[in-house]
Amino acid sequence: MTSTVNGTDVQQSTTDTAERPLLEIKDLQVDFTTQEGKVTAVDGVNITLYRGQSLAIVGESGSGKSTTAHAIINLLPGSGRIAGGQILLDGQDISKASKREMEDIRGRKIGFVPQDPMSNLNPVWSIGFQVEEGIRANGIASGRKEVRARAIEVLKQAGLQDADRRLKQFPHQFSGGMRQRVLIGMGLAADPQLLIADEPTSALDVTVQRVILDHLESLTRELGTTLLFITHDLGLAAERAEQLVVMYKGKVVESGPSLEILQNPQHPYTKRLVAAAPSLASRRIKSTAQTEAEESAGTDADAGTTTDAIDLIATAEARAEAHEALASKPPAVIVEDLTKVFKIRGSGEFTAVDKVSFQIPKGTTMALVGESGSGKSTVAKMLLKLEDATSGKIIVGGKDLEQVSSKELFNLRSRMQPVFQDPYGSLNPLRNIGNTIAEPLSTHDVGDRKSRRERVFELLDQVSLPRTLVGRYPNELSGGQRQRIAIARALALKPEIVILDEAVSALDVLVQAQILRLLADLQAELDLTYLFITHDLAVVRVIADDVCVMQKGRIVEAAATDEVFENPKEQYTKDLLAAIPGANLKLGA
Amino acid sequence: MPSNTRPTQAHFVAPIDETPLVAIDSVKAEGKPSNLWRDAWRDVRKRPMFWVSAVMIFIIVIVALFPTLFTSLDPRYCQLSLSNQGPGGGSVLGYNRQGCDIYARIIYGTSTSLSVGLIVTFIVAFLGILFGALAGFYGTWVDAVLSRLGDIFFSIPYILAAVVIMSVLSQYVSVWTISLAIGIFAWPATARVLRAEILRVKNSDFVMAATAVGVTRFRILLRHVLPNSIAPVIVITTISLASAIVAEATLSFLGVGLPSSTMSWGNDISQAQVDLRTNPQTLILPSIALSVTVLSFIMLGEVVRDALDPKARALR
Repeated sequence: MTSTVNGTDVQQSTTDTAERPLLEIKDLQVDFTTQEGKVTAVDGVNITLYRGQSLAIVGESGSGKSTTAHAIINLLPGSGRIAGGQILLDGQDISKASKREMEDIRGRKIGFVPQDPMSNLNPVWSIGFQVEEGIRANGIASGRKEVRARAIEVLKQAGLQDADRRLKQFPHQFSGGMRQRVLIGMGLAADPQLLIADEPTSALDVTVQRVILDHLESLTRELGTTLLFITHDLGLAAERAEQLVVMYKGKVVESGPSLEILQNPQHPYTKRLVAAAPSLASRRIKSTAQTEAEESAGTDADAGTTTDAIDLIATAEARAEAHEALASKPPAVIVEDLTKVFKIRGSGEFTAVDKVSFQIPKGTTMALVGESGSGKSTVAKMLLKLEDATSGKIIVGGKDLEQVSSKELFNLRSRMQPVFQDPYGSLNPLRNIGNTIAEPLSTHDVGDRKSRRERVFELLDQVSLPRTLVGRYPNELSGGQRQRIAIARALALKPEIVILDEAVSALDVLVQAQILRLLADLQAELDLTYLFITHDLAVVRVIADDVCVMQKGRIVEAAATDEVFENPKEQYTKDLLAAIPGANLKLGA
Repeated sequence: MPSNTRPTQAHFVAPIDETPLVAIDSVKAEGKPSNLWRDAWRDVRKRPMFWVSAVMIFIIVIVALFPTLFTSLDPRYCQLSLSNQGPGGGSVLGYNRQGCDIYARIIYGTSTSLSVGLIVTFIVAFLGILFGALAGFYGTWVDAVLSRLGDIFFSIPYILAAVVIMSVLSQYVSVWTISLAIGIFAWPATARVLRAEILRVKNSDFVMAATAVGVTRFRILLRHVLPNSIAPVIVITTISLASAIVAEATLSFLGVGLPSSTMSWGNDISQAQVDLRTNPQTLILPSIALSVTVLSFIMLGEVVRDALDPKARALR
């Protein structure tokens, strides 16, 4: 590796005379000390970033991308420490700077925008106090009035128009997007040369994400700030940064100009990422429909190098093929005028779901798309009878869920099963895998001990997990594997309908692609009907036949997936589509 | 992309043999299966504090069960002529004011203290788990009633309550009544801890998944919620065992506990107070026995707490 690196270094050193890079990371190595010994989280990373440029580090969780960012400002958590290499900021090595020197650099030379806007503001201090604190600490202004004036200026710059009024407010009075603006404002308060943003928008809704990133982009351009940001979303990275660094298991596997990498990925890992990124796939599917012949040749060429199971295009195509034979089928679920009103203590009522109606034809997938607070998960809970509807009808197998006896409800439950979002919360940590999958069987008195065990093995086979997992516990499994177990449990009673409540949202892209493929295969094999609830329109393109877009408890648009993507009618749908990261990328064939 | 005149970085691709691809999401299924309890046991085994407290508790239990193994003297056989005599002549620790052998009394007193500790702990755990689980899991009016009930009991210091109960029940004094008097006012702390834990666990997705399968509420409580919330109760229980032993000693010291005919450390300490200046070992020796026992249980509680809380384990 060193020889190649030296090669590029030599190339760059010729241009160094013209301009020195603002940030240069050379052979960075970061180690963590754990009970099992030393773990190298970042291993020989090289990054070069020129003034005024924007660069994104892309990778899955555990790839070392955040650790790299934290190493730059020396904020490594726990036992982490820089074990080797250099971090040159404007030619000066800051990897060995003292605490005092580092405090000077943080804020003034390098600004930092953290990941989670919900936990990164102190809830007991007002917004104004926290912004002013940063300004004072960096010595940008002194004296009460000047500091306050600067705080207002900073917040206005970050897009809080009524900053002077909101200065006295507390974090809980701000929405997630507003908080992230405050954090961006704080990061930029001292006019640093370099701004590091660690997944600045991954906790936010897509439309808010888009506005925030647009703002961040124009702001850094205006101020001439160099931007380094960290993301797991390849589409987002390519759209927002000129330069891309792809990290995998602590190493840089590919780096260079964004579009070049996206169009012509060289490393097999990058190829995998490109194939599995939903935001890119949804774009590529669109072009498939338009120029079919050309594209299919392209995917065939890819097929040799990318793993079929994670290529979302292949998944979508496999689905399309299986569904061609599908004539219009009778609905498996009918929802009519479904309404849920929550009573809120002190402040009256809140209508979470407002007269929602839809039907899902048997054997198809209906996607229910919406941002947080749109009521989509409440619909799922009412369907599963985990929550009672205020009014309306849910008809499953010819019976109205709201009027069945408890005996009938018990029987209906076996026809409709859920898979939830959080793979870490959806399995009981104290029960082994075998018992977890077998629980639906024993609850419904299906078969005897032996036949149940056989069924558990069969289900493990179906979700492609080894049978040896039967005696093991969830804590040994990754998020994707846990989600497979959850799917196996949902399928145990051979249900007709599976409700997938954000079932792939918490997973890394490659794992997400794998699970999407698994879901598609299972649907074809078992003739399952899916209600796919998600905030991510990009995924919808791959998996769903029909889409209902929800906003504030109402369905604002309902149509076939292709129609929604190609010819959206409502402004809100258009906004959502435009907010898919990478939507503005010009991807040539 | 803006056309820039800035220097740009070359397209770098790492050599594939140095960054080999690993199968996505491969399953590791080697070694023994592990879960919270097994991990906790593995962790506990490595800690000397666990072994020290476990061995001490083991010895204390043996002493309580078979006092004759440790002394051949009869603690009730007292000779006033030996009053306040020091060690020697077959006596390891000397004699108290009544001329009874201090060592023998300590040995025979162990079973009283330990019984009170165990019975109280059982009562506290039973009531605490019952009320805490019902209140936390069923919520609404069940919670309102049980939690207020707990608050009422909580607001009365249990030593004070036990003093009152014991003076009313003065004819029926025995290990059982004294345990009941302590235990009946000591459960609210356990109930509160469990209730809070159950509130946290009952909203888990795995509870929702079980509901969606059709598992009954009561079964969900027993099978999914309780096992996941019981860890802090186990910790608080080991500590309550220690404080029950202290409570018995306190009550006996105050004269409302066990009758002086019953061998108990509290009684010994109580009777020794008059001799504090002249013959301090009559007070100090049973006090040491009490402290060592209490300390052993508190140490065990601490080890168990650390082992059951993976976060604390990581910080250590």
